[in-house]
Amino acid sequence: MTLVLANVSRSFGGVRAVDDATFAVESGEVHGLIGPNGAGKTTLLNLISGLIPPTGGTIELEGRRIDRLPPYRIAALGVARTYQNIRLFGGLSAADNVVVGRHLKRRAAPFWRRLLMLPSARREEVRAREAAEAGLARVGMRERARSQAYGLSYGEQRRVEIARALAAEPKLVLLDEPTAGMNPNEAAAVARLVREVAGEGRAVLLIEHNVRLVMEVCDRITVLNFGKVIARGTPAEVANDPAVIAAYLGDGA
Amino acid sequence: MAQQILNGVFVGSIYALFAVGYTLVFGVLDILNLAHAAVFMLSAFAALALTEHGLSIWIAMPLGILAGGVIGIVLERLAFRPLRGRSDSNISGLISSLAVATVFEAIALQLFGPDISRFPQGTFPDRTIAIGGASASLLQLCIVGISVALMAVLTFLLARTRLGRRIRAVAESPRAARILGVDVDKVIALAFFISSALGGAAGILFGLAFNSISPDVGRSVELKGLAVIILGGMGSVPGAVIAGFALGLIEVFTVAHVGSSYRDAISFAVLFIVLIARPRGLLGRAAAREA
Amino acid sequence: MDLLLAYEGLIAFVGINGLLALSIYATLSCGQLSLANAGFMAIGAYTGALITLHAPAVPFIVVLLAAALAPSLVAVPLGLPVLRLRGVFLAIATVGFGEVVRLVFVNWDFTNGALGLVAIPQRTHVWTIYLALAVALYVLGRLRGSRAGYALEAIREDETAARTMGIQSTAYKLSMLVLGAALAGLAGALEAHFTFIVSPAGYGFGRVVDMLVQAVVGGAAVFYGPVIGAAFLTVLPEVLRELGARLGLSPGPFRLFLNGVILLAVILYLPSGLASLPQRFRRRAA
Ligand SMILES: Nc1ncnc2c1ncn2[C@@H]1O[C@H](COP(=O)(O)OP(=O)(O)OP(=O)(O)O)[C@@H](O)[C@H]1O
Ligand SMILES: [Mg+2]
Repeated sequence: MTLVLANVSRSFGGVRAVDDATFAVESGEVHGLIGPNGAGKTTLLNLISGLIPPTGGTIELEGRRIDRLPPYRIAALGVARTYQNIRLFGGLSAADNVVVGRHLKRRAAPFWRRLLMLPSARREEVRAREAAEAGLARVGMRERARSQAYGLSYGEQRRVEIARALAAEPKLVLLDEPTAGMNPNEAAAVARLVREVAGEGRAVLLIEHNVRLVMEVCDRITVLNFGKVIARGTPAEVANDPAVIAAYLGDGA
Repeated sequence: MAQQILNGVFVGSIYALFAVGYTLVFGVLDILNLAHAAVFMLSAFAALALTEHGLSIWIAMPLGILAGGVIGIVLERLAFRPLRGRSDSNISGLISSLAVATVFEAIALQLFGPDISRFPQGTFPDRTIAIGGASASLLQLCIVGISVALMAVLTFLLARTRLGRRIRAVAESPRAARILGVDVDKVIALAFFISSALGGAAGILFGLAFNSISPDVGRSVELKGLAVIILGGMGSVPGAVIAGFALGLIEVFTVAHVGSSYRDAISFAVLFIVLIARPRGLLGRAAAREA
Repeated sequence: MDLLLAYEGLIAFVGINGLLALSIYATLSCGQLSLANAGFMAIGAYTGALITLHAPAVPFIVVLLAAALAPSLVAVPLGLPVLRLRGVFLAIATVGFGEVVRLVFVNWDFTNGALGLVAIPQRTHVWTIYLALAVALYVLGRLRGSRAGYALEAIREDETAARTMGIQSTAYKLSMLVLGAALAGLAGALEAHFTFIVSPAGYGFGRVVDMLVQAVVGGAAVFYGPVIGAAFLTVLPEVLRELGARLGLSPGPFRLFLNGVILLAVILYLPSGLASLPQRFRRRAA
């Protein structure tokens, strides 16, 4: 098991955004996380990546508690993510965004080497930049490597964000609606990429509103409603679950 | 003891009056208006110039306050409106307000010179009144009275009037206010008018109280004002009132029991401790720290 | 000869102000508006002056290193709590720190209170200043493109996102605060050994405002911007002094007025500062 959530809760004031959620994500698996608007999906991702602490329950990554760690420590343990409301470094180029994403893969103390203009520092930088370009190529963004991030289209920005997350070579990737605002071709390309990433043995936790895409891509699905897990299983099982159908038709939980 | 409390209330009323305007703009725009102290200074000079032309202080004061408000509107147009919508507006706004403050100070220097100016003799009747075991001048009592009255008017305005509701709506969320049909630009301009008029009033009262006005008179009050709005909670008007009086009292007691050389250090110690221990201040809503 | 001496002073102050503007840039480069630098400068100036006055045999380079080290050591315990504050709250807290430093020196008999230290031997030469400036520019310039440099830019753009990329933002912010403190302290000691005096009045809120104005006017997006701003705003008033006198304006207010107007114009119309001008013209020409 890569990621295990046990009885995780998080309230904001009176709102229980995540309520006693329990589920696990395995390596090599694409795990879908679906639910109506406001179900608590993004909050769950924020809890896993350490942006906010849970008010109850535990989160483990490869057997290790991560629910009290700061975000940079969790990232160092192999968790990378994208954001529903894109958070690229707008003033940097697409390639530089991905170079930042590689932060953890780069050697820890090259600055003094760089200060002395050692060739080893130079080589390390060139490698980082080449890796970034390769990462961009993987999402079909190589030609736009030099463009400033905020000048890119919505779909392009989402793709750069995925490349930035993958640049860290994470064990667990958290994707928050990666195809929102994309056209069907772009979305299909992302779907292929997600399968490919899982094929490398990484765990993928995917939030997605596009039901067809979820059904195609995911190995297993967890359904949230009002912060609670109301169903889990294979796409086929979940699709026929009466509680899920009721939630999506708006009857509430 | 009674005398100290009286003195503390007196100084505190000016701090509070200065700070309510300061905090009002922060509450509405989330921007620190570093030109507030310059408006404070310009209003004091305006009232001074009017009394020098023979006007009674009771006419010069309202005119000086009005001048403060008008300067506030100019300030908003020059330094804040053009930055609206820019992503770094809370830092760039701070810098542009600093720029305008510098210009204001330069104007005052040019017009009034760097030396201390004083109100003409007999601007205010010189009379002392005994209260309990303490004594206060008529001027001091008037200053406390005027400050409290102005703060009461502001509180009423914010709580009970249509403009007050609109200001609060904009402070809550400019986007939502706009959707509800509020003319956000106009409300912000009016908030600046009110804020600067109050800052100007504080300046005039300060000038009268110590009978000394110079182009850098706002400097010390500016830093005290920061301490007050931090202590009160950024954006909280009642917080600023309480914190203003609190700082006045703390200062007076420090001077009496520790020594006058540490009077100014107190406000910074307060500022520092509050920011680190309780960044929301006494009654604040804005979270000072990152999640 | 008189003319040369007058220019020597101006050239020296361009360099010193350049170092000070860079000290503000250090924290601005990761998006933090820290205004503690007048305080750091004071600590450096007093440290340097006291060593020179009490132990004249100590080589100047050691004096300068001590002057850079002392405020850096203060910056660590200051930064740990204070750097958790965001935006204006950090600015306010650091302004408070600067004033506390100033008040300590005002009230400290050992440093001669409000009068400060006088008759400090002149040990700073123009070349010393520019050597220091060159080293500072080199270090900050080399940061660009390095792993640390990328991390700083990421923190400036979006600290939260940077943290989820494994960037330990607090450590980076603290390092830059320490670096800025060292530069300010160095500049303080250089200035003290050039003007012969240090007094608390020289390190008030106005001083840090000057540094910030110069950094912003020059442009805080690139490492050399602040030096351009410092040079521009230090030289301009001298050039315009003549003009102001002809217009019947006293030099003090005129300088202040210009500073304010230039700062306003830059922040409104040229947010990346004077350093971005060439790029602008090129884009327009293209
Ligand atoms: N920082 C916060 N403060 C207060 N309430 C919050 C906060 N973040 C989320 N919430 C609340 O928690 C609930 C869950 O929100 P969340 O964003 O996790 O939903 P979601 O499933 O991602 O929805 P969507 O599909 O619209 O993205 C909502 O009611 C939301 O208003
Ligand atoms: Mg969401």
